[in-house]
Amino acid sequence: MPDLGLEVLWKGKNFVRLLGGLWVALRISLIAAGISIVLGILLGVAASRKRSVSSAILRIWLGVIHIMPQMVLLFLMYFGTTRAFGWNLSGEVAAVIVFSLWGSAEMADLVRGAVTSIPAAQRESAEALGLKPTQVYRWIILPQAVRRLIPQSINLITRMIKTTSLVTLIGVVEILKVAQQIIEANRKASPNAAFGVYLTIFVMYYLACRPLSLAAKKLEKRWG
Amino acid sequence: MKTVKNVVIVAVILVLTLSLAAAAAADAVYRTLDEIRASGTINIGVFSDKNPFGYVDENGEYQGYDVYFARRIGEDLGLTVNFVSTEAANRVEYLETGKVDIILANFTVTPERAEKVDFALPYMNVALGVVSPDSRIITGLSELTENDQVIVITGTTAEDYLVKNNPEIRLQKFDTYANAKTALENGSAAAWANDNTEVIAYALQNEGYTVGIPSLGSQDTIAPAVSKGNETLLNWINDEIKALAAENFFHKDYEATLVDTYGLDYENSLVLEGGGLAE
Repeated sequence: MPDLGLEVLWKGKNFVRLLGGLWVALRISLIAAGISIVLGILLGVAASRKRSVSSAILRIWLGVIHIMPQMVLLFLMYFGTTRAFGWNLSGEVAAVIVFSLWGSAEMADLVRGAVTSIPAAQRESAEALGLKPTQVYRWIILPQAVRRLIPQSINLITRMIKTTSLVTLIGVVEILKVAQQIIEANRKASPNAAFGVYLTIFVMYYLACRPLSLAAKKLEKRWG
Repeated sequence: MKTVKNVVIVAVILVLTLSLAAAAAADAVYRTLDEIRASGTINIGVFSDKNPFGYVDENGEYQGYDVYFARRIGEDLGLTVNFVSTEAANRVEYLETGKVDIILANFTVTPERAEKVDFALPYMNVALGVVSPDSRIITGLSELTENDQVIVITGTTAEDYLVKNNPEIRLQKFDTYANAKTALENGSAAAWANDNTEVIAYALQNEGYTVGIPSLGSQDTIAPAVSKGNETLLNWINDEIKALAAENFFHKDYEATLVDTYGLDYENSLVLEGGGLAE
């Protein structure tokens, strides 16, 4: 067995610190994911009507979010808002806002795609049966759209969890930063610790994302 | 249509960033010494993964040469220190937005940075150093012959310095520390030039190598920095650094934090007491 420097994990509180870092990453991404799902569905439904104002706004917003690296958005939200408006957001709040902006833009786009992919005949038959427009959405369009949405939204959430590693740039210490701290503090005593520590956080990320994809598979089966 | 849309998007972004930049120039955001005192906590930005200057130990406590000084500042002000983990890339930004009161993160004083932040008196020296094998220790650049080559790492101050001041020396350039070290160990060059802290640590960790030139070229210094214009805090730090010289504070700091990495031989060349004004 090669020397992975795993002994650093049991020094002091190192392992607990890594778990704490994972919790920070999950807290930010899951809160943002929750906000993104709600906002994304509302926006996406609004944008699915062709040539509407909301679809134009969504397209500009998506464009901005797609061009801007998440790192730039984090800097703007954390440092930029202090300069421009004197707001003093904490790093975590700024991160949740940025991830929600990003998440709901992408989610809205997914919802728009799913809603427009439902054949027009579905809506027309529902209307012919006398359902009101809101009822058409509630009972006919959304249930079918949500089914098509599940794989991509799970993909989006896992991407959000992984992207939280950037928040260290605005002073939030999450799992990857804790890992670097541990590696650097032990560079002399355990020069190989980088392997062991990165291997450990790989397993932690996997264990955190795995339940999500399992749940998604179950839902797909049940509704599929 | 597509290009029109893209142009609009780029324009929106430009306006946003410009208005942010304009607002940035408008007002100061720092806390004065009295405001910091009244709050009971001082925010100090340090590195959390740069052993031995600023790092976090296995108990989650901040440690290192910079942190030792930061704790003393907190003690003498009677305040709790809130350590903020900073990166090399965001140190200036933290001060410009007043999100920390002081940066103590191995911050080298440069003219470009001094336009954006205010540096206090320095507490450490940095310079270039040259390490060579014990079989032929290079103690001066004049000892190098036409056949000798010197290893440098691309983009470092060592490379700039040698290209500018000693163009006659033949350089072997590498992109990474690992490759440079391997080349030196393989004997492909007479010496390796880099930041003196790097080569000193290397010579101590690898038997058979000695730093023949511990300080080459212009001396740079490491100093605390505060937001531009925060004079009350700046003056307090300067007075503190001068007062601490009486007890040789930074020598004690060195012996507590840096001695394992650099040994005792370099204590006097690396440490600055009282901002170096007393000597």
